[in-house]
Amino acid sequence: MAIGVTNAPERSKSSGSIINDPQVRGIFYQAITVIILAVLIYWIVDNTIENLRRANIASGYGFLSSRAGFDVGQSLISFSSDSTYGRALVVGFVNTLLVAITGIITATVIGFIVGIGRLSHNWIIAKLSLAYVEVFRNIPPLLVIFFWYSGVLSILPQARDALALPFDMYVSNRGLAFPRPIPGEGSLYTLLAFLIAVAASFLVARYARQKQMATGQRFPVLWTALGLIIGLPLVTFLATGAPLTFDVPVAGKFNLTGGSVVGPEFMSLFLALSFYTAAFIAEIVRAGIRGVSKGQSEAAHALGIRPRLTTRLVIVPQAMRIIIPPLTSQYLNLTKNSSLAVAVGYADLVAVGGTILNQTGQSIEVVSIWLIVYLSLSLATSLFMNWYNARMALVER
Amino acid sequence: MARRILTALVGAAVMGIGAHAASAATLDDVKAKGFVQCGVNTGLAGFAAPDASGNWSGFDVDYCKAIAAAVFGDATKVKYTPTSAKERFPALQSGEVDVLARNTTWTINRDTALGFNFRAVNYYDGQGFMVRKGLNVKSALELSGAAVCVQTGTTTELNLADYFKTNNLQYNPVVFEKLEEVNAAYDAGRCDVYTTDQSGLYSLRLTLSKPDEHMILPEIISKEPLGPAVRQGDDQWFDIVSWVHYALINAEDFGITQANVEEMKKSPNPDIQRFLGVEADTKIGTDLGLTNEWAVNVIKAVGNYGEVFDRNIGAGSPLKIERGLNALWSKGGIQYAPPVR
Repeated sequence: MAIGVTNAPERSKSSGSIINDPQVRGIFYQAITVIILAVLIYWIVDNTIENLRRANIASGYGFLSSRAGFDVGQSLISFSSDSTYGRALVVGFVNTLLVAITGIITATVIGFIVGIGRLSHNWIIAKLSLAYVEVFRNIPPLLVIFFWYSGVLSILPQARDALALPFDMYVSNRGLAFPRPIPGEGSLYTLLAFLIAVAASFLVARYARQKQMATGQRFPVLWTALGLIIGLPLVTFLATGAPLTFDVPVAGKFNLTGGSVVGPEFMSLFLALSFYTAAFIAEIVRAGIRGVSKGQSEAAHALGIRPRLTTRLVIVPQAMRIIIPPLTSQYLNLTKNSSLAVAVGYADLVAVGGTILNQTGQSIEVVSIWLIVYLSLSLATSLFMNWYNARMALVER
Repeated sequence: MARRILTALVGAAVMGIGAHAASAATLDDVKAKGFVQCGVNTGLAGFAAPDASGNWSGFDVDYCKAIAAAVFGDATKVKYTPTSAKERFPALQSGEVDVLARNTTWTINRDTALGFNFRAVNYYDGQGFMVRKGLNVKSALELSGAAVCVQTGTTTELNLADYFKTNNLQYNPVVFEKLEEVNAAYDAGRCDVYTTDQSGLYSLRLTLSKPDEHMILPEIISKEPLGPAVRQGDDQWFDIVSWVHYALINAEDFGITQANVEEMKKSPNPDIQRFLGVEADTKIGTDLGLTNEWAVNVIKAVGNYGEVFDRNIGAGSPLKIERGLNALWSKGGIQYAPPVR
């Protein structure tokens, strides 16, 4: 108190007492918060360890390197019951990534189409888009997943009466079976040609931009790039003697054997997440386009820019600035919603982790792995989208 | 950010282990709260399933009732926690349930690393396969290439992998977390084969849309001793749960039934007198922490082991499972109880 009084004359703004000094108060409250938090954390950790010890439950992450003993239905990397728990988690993680990435791409495409459709002058297209958004936005994602799953299971034929499609593809309630390409000797050249074509396309695009800047003349970049990317690998492929064979699915006793199969679990989850998230993305896209003031397009028209170019060069770049931040949240939501996979038996990180949790009883360890993986995945998505957002931001001169 | 992760982690830790520490004296806790919290299956006809008005019945449920009868002399003082295969162990570890009577296999891993205790085996089971009759499969060895429906986190899942690997057969596992989901998928033709404990297959077949079109293959590929589990570190409670089972077996041995238990109290047989707590100065129940009438209460509540079996899963039920290994040792089975002495 005494110090506060002596200091009072120096602190012109404070009313005299240290208790009323906003800076001191701020520090005091923050210190209290930190102490409470620290005590709370200590108490929880200590309690957990004590409880585990008392319940005689083994803990630690050592179990990750022991033999899993179970099989996983869908796996992009090789996995058998002899693999480790750690590898099983990787299988689950890859499956989560697969459904998240394919889902994000499809949801974005559908979302943009529907979002633009809602602004269409065509009454039917606008109303259809509206109906789509309202239906999918207002149903819980889990129900959408069940809808697709039971739809796939009950409408498609039984495995032994699989429906034959062109190119040796078959569809049944066990999924879509298609021939798996097996690259032979010399396929490396085709891949190399493809990479060279992609790199060349970039150079062409840069050259075209410089040329337009300098002379105003435009260069058909799209057609050149397409020709390069398709043509060059194709020529190489034929020149090296078409080194590619196919593993074709054939009807076995129970299922189709051979080839690759996309199971109904993946299909229903992928479709559900795409359609569900697309409804939200459509609204974001619509808001973004609406958010660009009318004066912009009017000014472009006044300058004599054609409508299609106006959309591409004036409206969309400005709309993107509004669209990207909420789009990021939708991508994160889709990734997190993919954990609903457990309901239809798709082997994502949560489903595989759940199996491990139950086989080993290491609940805290598995839950902590889940948290860390989803957190990292979300943060990585955020980082990427923030980078993209910065790139798309209006450059002020 | 590091702090946020840590907080999240710790939060998970709390969720994983439950907010309150599991106290050592379960019997005192149970008496204090006035009921037994019993972990059961979410719905397996014959073992544990709720009826339309929410009343639970079944083989495992009768064990819950029997434990409540032993502790309180009142079989209604029990509350049920339906648990999936995945939820059951954390529920018991955290103290959310006092005993897990949920057709759970006794394994060394569960007995040690998971921190549980098993002793009484109330049902000797083994894993089997169910297929559609139309597939013309006569043996599990013909199943190569099949899609197999299985519930996740079970010993079944592990036995399945081992069996197919040992016999060099290919298969495609279709894994679900909940029993109802496995049923629906098998019924819809998502898989060719359904595998779980054979008792479970009999029960599940009844729930399919056309039970007659399905058959259970003869192979039994594993040992599945099912029994009630408790947490380690509480021998008194462990003894009570074990001896409730032994009381049911001994009752069948002595020919004591739900109907004649009062009469049997007057039996001159000293073994029966001791068992039913009518011997002078007996401590047969008080040593367990119960009343001397405990065995009488158990039998009054659910009958003897044979009655419990017949009523829920045996001849007197739609499941019609034969006693087989679960007959008394004196009748060709392996159900055997230590003497009450």
